Amino acid sequence: MSRSGARSPAGTSCWTRWGDDIVLNFILRRIAQGAALIVAMSMLAFVAIFALGNPLTALINPASPPEVLARASHELGLDLPLYAQYLRFVFHLLHGDLGTSYITGEPALGLILSRFPATFELTVSAMLVATVIGIPLGVYTGVKASSLLGRTIGSVTILLISIPSFWVGLALVIVFGIELRVLPTGGRGQTEAWFGIQTSLATWDGLRHVALPALNLAVFPLAVIIRLTRAGVQECMGAAFVTFARAKGLAMRRILFVYVLRSVAVPIVTVVGIVFGILLAFSVVTETIFSWPGTGRLAIEAIRGSDRPVIIAYLLFTVCIFIVVNLLVDIMCALIDPRMSTQAQG
Amino acid sequence: MIRVYFRSFGGTVGMIIVLALAGCAVLAPVLAQQNPYDLAQLDIMSSLLPPGTVGDDGTVFWFGTDDQGRDLVSAVLYGLRVSLFVAVTATSIALVIGVIAGLTAAYLGGVFDTLLMRLVDLQLAFPSVLIALVLVALLGSGLEKVIIAIVAAQWAYFARTLRSAAMVERRKEYIQAAWTLRFPAWRIMLLHLLPNAIAPLGVIVIVEIASAIALEATLSFLGVGLSVTRPSLGLLIANGYQYMLARQYWLSVTPGVVLLVLLVGVNLVGERLRQMNDPRQQVRP
Repeated sequence: MSRSGARSPAGTSCWTRWGDDIVLNFILRRIAQGAALIVAMSMLAFVAIFALGNPLTALINPASPPEVLARASHELGLDLPLYAQYLRFVFHLLHGDLGTSYITGEPALGLILSRFPATFELTVSAMLVATVIGIPLGVYTGVKASSLLGRTIGSVTILLISIPSFWVGLALVIVFGIELRVLPTGGRGQTEAWFGIQTSLATWDGLRHVALPALNLAVFPLAVIIRLTRAGVQECMGAAFVTFARAKGLAMRRILFVYVLRSVAVPIVTVVGIVFGILLAFSVVTETIFSWPGTGRLAIEAIRGSDRPVIIAYLLFTVCIFIVVNLLVDIMCALIDPRMSTQAQG
Repeated sequence: MIRVYFRSFGGTVGMIIVLALAGCAVLAPVLAQQNPYDLAQLDIMSSLLPPGTVGDDGTVFWFGTDDQGRDLVSAVLYGLRVSLFVAVTATSIALVIGVIAGLTAAYLGGVFDTLLMRLVDLQLAFPSVLIALVLVALLGSGLEKVIIAIVAAQWAYFARTLRSAAMVERRKEYIQAAWTLRFPAWRIMLLHLLPNAIAPLGVIVIVEIASAIALEATLSFLGVGLSVTRPSLGLLIANGYQYMLARQYWLSVTPGVVLLVLLVGVNLVGERLRQMNDPRQQVRP
């Protein structure tokens, strides 16, 4: 994005007089970049999906008479040239219509939106578990990095980052689902409406169903948060302000959780945000193992069934989530530490 | 250098694991008591035997057998072979592409550099599983398609790392000297820039091999990876998954444990190499 294109649009120029336009300018530029990215991705996704093979063969018997095939392909718009299909797609997109699923016949966007609350609640639960356990553990291992427990946790996090998440999922299913039989391993359980959205977090049965998939999904962010907090705290412990605070006689707990934690907040917020976006967009593996009816499973089913509109809708939806989450993270970091936005300016 | 490496316990264990498993993979046809792909050697009567069962003809199935009477030791050995082959091939191709892209970007600079790095940044913003999954969705499944998907997911890491190292080197006097001598561009890039900028890639290659193994296993587990005829470790796990509720765990757990040990080994080696290259950690033993 060129710098001239990043100038604040008309109507906001009054901000420049106040001298603190930098953060706002930065945010506006990020929004413009995001919009450009969505357009680029929509074209890329469309062209790429076009190479996916003829969906007709998956939908109707290829041995049908030619006139049936021709009619079906005309109804789906598959007989038009590529650019015309894309323009048609964009036209519908601007009307909030991402096409209908070839398989179920439902609107693709509606399908994704109806599955999204399940993914959202799963991701929120997972991030909650990861943050609540990860930050205290990270602080502990940062302070006592050379103790036995500190080193053990350090090695375990490497292990957790390197093993694929389906492996952990299977282990959880075997231990808690089949052997101990304490937790269910499939579906959302009983849901109840909160603000008009069905959620498993409202009932005890639902919570029991969330537990294992959330734990599975939490493994990666947990390991990342522990390592990040540990590195930050370790660095801070040698800093002058910690030495000063200790000399002053402040309680260790206060030093750690007020002063040290604040100074390591920016990288943690960044990573928590980005990982949240990744999980939100991509819990395919966990949702497959635990039969969780979220967007990830929808995507893998669409890929297996060559359901073009759903795949495109899912990709665009994912890109939007990434852009929004990254934007929110940038804004938060710019607010916590204004130096970030001025650096990005240059 | 080698002696320094083995001063670490974790690094030593990791290297032993990697060498042992790689040896098993290479020697699989010799070590395995049957060829798991040769249907003539399979005996359907001895299907789903638990580990340690002695077969009719006196052979011992140390890891048990699968639903087609396939000896799981042999299947795991051949699976290890497929997993390692896919991971090493994909990472090597990604390395070559990444090196060419990164080197060219650093050498040429300008618009090419900007465009390429934008692409790299864009790609690194997405999780590699997503990129690989989308590609497999587009191309279809199968060995070479999985390799292409992994290459596409990984080349950006190599390109970015090499570019940043080469950018530093490019400003140094010896490159300018080569320039004034009017050496051709390929000669400066390959003989001067590359040897001095490639060191940081060593650690990344190891880590990326581990992530390629995990990525292939994940794709295969989701059923969009390799074909069933030549199963990798991930596919063996997926095949055994349906027998889990019947508590016939060995079908999934055995390849799963081998996969885990392999990944831990490779990552231990990577971690040790990273430590050795990290100037901050060199003071401490």
